[in-house]
Amino acid sequence: MKLLEFFKRPRTAPVARERLQILLAHERAVSGKSDLIAILQEEIMAVIAKHFPVDQDGIKIKMERGEVVSTLEVEIEIPTPMCPSFPLPAKPAPTEPACAAAAEAAEAET
Amino acid sequence: MAKVLVVTSGKGGVGKTTSTAALGAALATSGKKVVLVDFDVGLRNLDLVMGAERRVVYDLINVVQGDAKLAQALIRDKRVPALHLLPASQTRDKDALTDEGVARVIAELREKFDWVICDSPAGIERGATLAMRHADVAIIVTNPEVSSVRDSDRIIGLLDSKTEKAEKGERVEKHLLLTRFDAARAGRGEMLNVEDVLEILSIPLLGIIPESFEVLRASNLGSPVTLNNPASAPARAYFDAAKRLNGEALDMTIPSDRKGLFGMLFGRRAA
Repeated sequence: MKLLEFFKRPRTAPVARERLQILLAHERAVSGKSDLIAILQEEIMAVIAKHFPVDQDGIKIKMERGEVVSTLEVEIEIPTPMCPSFPLPAKPAPTEPACAAAAEAAEAET
Repeated sequence: MAKVLVVTSGKGGVGKTTSTAALGAALATSGKKVVLVDFDVGLRNLDLVMGAERRVVYDLINVVQGDAKLAQALIRDKRVPALHLLPASQTRDKDALTDEGVARVIAELREKFDWVICDSPAGIERGATLAMRHADVAIIVTNPEVSSVRDSDRIIGLLDSKTEKAEKGERVEKHLLLTRFDAARAGRGEMLNVEDVLEILSIPLLGIIPESFEVLRASNLGSPVTLNNPASAPARAYFDAAKRLNGEALDMTIPSDRKGLFGMLFGRRAA
C-alpha cells in the first residue's frame, strides 16, 4: 500500500482550483464594493429627495473598514431655509462640562 | 469593418507577445490586412519576436506626438506582405502616450487595416489600460496556473469597466487563450484542466496552445511560430484560434506533436 502511494503522485490541481474559487469569490466582492456605494448613494438620495430638496453633490458616503467594526458614514447637506425647525433637546451637550473642566485644569497648572 | 483586438493577461510571461505575433501572422496569411501595435513602452519586444528589431526607425510615441507620420513608422513584414508592425519606443516612458494621441492613431489604423492587434504590457497600470481602451475584442492569455488565473480575473474586471465600450454601456467581446497547456499533466491532476479554468473565469475559449519547444525555437529565430513551423502543434492551435476570430466554428482540439496522437477532442466550440 505504501509503495503504491509512493508511485502515485498526489493530485494538486483540485487544490489549486478550490483555492482560486474561494479567493476570487472574495476579490470580486471587494472590487464590487465601489458599485455598492454608488447604489446606496442613489437610493438614499431618492428617499431624502421625497422630503427635502437636495442636490446630487449634497450626499457624501464613506465606508471605512476596521478590524472589528466597520462604519458607513452618510453626510447629507440640506439648504437651511428648507430645513424644518425641530425643538432642540433641553439638556446641554455632554462635551461642555468636560471642556470646562479641562480649561480649569489648564489654568490651575499655569 | 476593422476590429481592434487587445492581447492582455495581467501577469507577465504568459505568452502575450508570442500570441500576438502568431495570431497576427495567421490572420495575415488568411488574407486579412493586419497591424500589430506594441504598447509595451520602454520594454518593447514584439519587434524582436517578429525579427524586425533592426528595421525600427520611428515608433508609436513618435506617431502619437506627431513627430512622424503613421506610414513612416509602420514596418511591413518581409514574409507576409499583409502583416505590419507599429513598434513601441524603447527609450521613452509610457506617460508620453496621451489618451487623445492614442485614440487618433487607433482611428487611423482602423481605416487602413482589417485587424488592429494591440500587444498589452503586463500589469494593470496605464500602459495596460491604454492598450485595452479602444478594443472591440479582447484575448485574455492565461496559463493553467493559479497566479495567472487570478490576474486574468482582474483583467476581465478592467475590460468590463475601463474600456471605451464599457463606458458606453457596451461589452468588449472576451476570449480565453489557454497557453503552455500540458494535456498529460492536466490528465494526471497535476495541472488545472481546461474545464477548471473555464469555470473559474467564465469566458468563452478561443484556443488551447500546447506547451512546446517550437515556441522558443521560433522566437530564437525572430519568426512567429505560425510562420516558422506552420505544421507544429502550437502553430496549428494558433491557426485554429485565428479562424475562430474570423467567425469560423471549429471543434476545440489540443494539437499534439507526439506520434500517433492527433489531439484530444473536446466536443466544445468557441462562442
